[in-house]
Amino acid sequence: MCAKRLILLGLIFIQGCSMTPWVKPYERAHLADPIMNFNRDPVSSSYIHHVYDAREGARGAGIATGGGCGCN
Amino acid sequence: MKVYLSKIILLLGLLAFSTAAFCAKEMNAPAPDFTLKSLSGKNLRLSELAGQVVLLNFWASWCAPCREEMPILNDLHNKYSALGFTVLGVNVEEQTDKAVSYIADRPVDFPILLDNKNNVSSLYEVIAMPTTVLIDRNGTMRYLHQGYKAGDEKEYVKLVKKLVRE
Amino acid sequence: MRAKVLVEPESLQAVAVAVIRSLRSIFLWLLLCSLPLQATVLPEDRADLLYHSYDGGGAEISGPSLLVRKKFSEKASATFNHYVDNVSSASIDVITTASPYTEQREENSVSVDYLNEKTLLSVGYGQSSEDDFEASTMSVNIAQDMFGDLTTLSLGYAQGDNTVRRNGDSSFARDVVARNYRLSLSQVISKDFLMALALETMTDEGFLNNPYRQVRYINPLNLTRGYDYQEEIYPNTRTSHAFALRGRYYLPQRAALHGGYRYFTDTWGIQAHTWELGYTLPYKEDWLFEFNYRYYDQTRADFYADLFQSADEFIFLARDKELSTFTTQTFGLGASYEFRKNGSGFLKRGNINLHYDFIRFDYADFRDLTVSSAVGEEPLYSFDAAVIRFFVSIWF
Repeated sequence: MCAKRLILLGLIFIQGCSMTPWVKPYERAHLADPIMNFNRDPVSSSYIHHVYDAREGARGAGIATGGGCGCN
Repeated sequence: MKVYLSKIILLLGLLAFSTAAFCAKEMNAPAPDFTLKSLSGKNLRLSELAGQVVLLNFWASWCAPCREEMPILNDLHNKYSALGFTVLGVNVEEQTDKAVSYIADRPVDFPILLDNKNNVSSLYEVIAMPTTVLIDRNGTMRYLHQGYKAGDEKEYVKLVKKLVRE
Repeated sequence: MRAKVLVEPESLQAVAVAVIRSLRSIFLWLLLCSLPLQATVLPEDRADLLYHSYDGGGAEISGPSLLVRKKFSEKASATFNHYVDNVSSASIDVITTASPYTEQREENSVSVDYLNEKTLLSVGYGQSSEDDFEASTMSVNIAQDMFGDLTTLSLGYAQGDNTVRRNGDSSFARDVVARNYRLSLSQVISKDFLMALALETMTDEGFLNNPYRQVRYINPLNLTRGYDYQEEIYPNTRTSHAFALRGRYYLPQRAALHGGYRYFTDTWGIQAHTWELGYTLPYKEDWLFEFNYRYYDQTRADFYADLFQSADEFIFLARDKELSTFTTQTFGLGASYEFRKNGSGFLKRGNINLHYDFIRFDYADFRDLTVSSAVGEEPLYSFDAAVIRFFVSIWF
């Protein structure tokens, strides 16, 4: 990979690490609500994924994480 | 070889520019004045508290570390208020009834202000939840602490004691 | 200056090298972003007790699942899970080629989460055992919050070492090694909208079939039914890729709409699509209702057939309905009651939940051999399953 491209991408990431988010931390009330949690009940969701995995050919890419309150 | 070298340069560059938020950041700027309605119904203006040390804390009922911090701030307020110190809890939620019901369940002794339009949050450029700003007796912002983890209160006590003695 | 190397897309090795290189870069950038700015939080302390029940196609499986998660230091928490399946099976495969059975499967796992500023490192170990199958799994996951906590990038690796046995044949023992590589990215789009992308590649190696299952082939010499059975033969490797995109949207007056799509493909020729849609609706202060629909369809594995034309027709033979062409449709309903909110003291929050899912399985090339018919003209199989999840969750 070209060194120049790498440095450019790196700079974007450095900027990204400290950039001001477009959703301010105090605007995250909705995102912090449990109903917006992808994996609100882990025991329940891992069970239903197991039900499907055991009976269907497809597996993987089941559970998502992230979002939330972004608290510090 | 060149690719690895540029990666190392990036890493070192970021190390040089990174800012650790373990400790409170020092500041030296006048605290922007504002007026907000408090839970008790009265309006409260920051400049009216000139002469007192103010700990301005931005919180929300949906923020877990904020909830953990509240009883600690309450203790801090009660311990040092006789020496000219007060905590101001600024709730940033759009729906004020959330703050009302939270405080009804777990009351505190310091004033709770309602910043439901987020004017004060943007005035103070709040980029973390919770955010604590320590303002000295002259109305100058002296320390900024972002976030809350168990053990941070030791730092709060240290800084409040310092500012109260000035 | 290093000479540029042309990459031929067909060259699997070149692709693998490119993937490994980009993973190395991703790890490095994760490291860059993990340098301190602000911290994020460990998952909350909680305990969940679930009673699960599956009843469909002649199989009844139920049991408990217990999860406990507790912080043990400022930066680390541990999770423990105990799960049991009490199986009573008289499913279609079982009644056509064997006899109904009961058994118990027990699974225990433990994991530790370690938080350092914006990086969450998780390491887990689990073991599952039943009469004829033992599995032990190790997993490691690293998650990084970036861009003002609007993005979470997560990379994970899991490895399972399993042993397949056969009841009634104590000398039979075969190994399977399963490796999973996961990448997921979740992104806050707006204050009301969240999206997540997930990629997972799994490679299995070893004895991948079922030691009891058999395939059937036409045999005119068998005068009673016209076909005979032989053991299934599977390839000893399987590599699969899954790609999923999900979204969650907060509706005015507090409700949430969620949906997702997953594409699956593997080296056995299976291609599957999964579509999900759900609606979460709070009611008054303490109630939450959930409605969801799921549609799944897959095409059969290359070596699958309901009826082979002759014995040893191909190198690989399978008649597992899981590898056939079929669709499933699920209609789900859930209710949740929050019996404690904003509690001070030990119990901070608690709820009680009940979920009911109705799943319909429709097979396009798997036939119901319990119905006597001309060979190869038995009716296509289909069945319904009812899944119940009843659980209590507490946060402390």
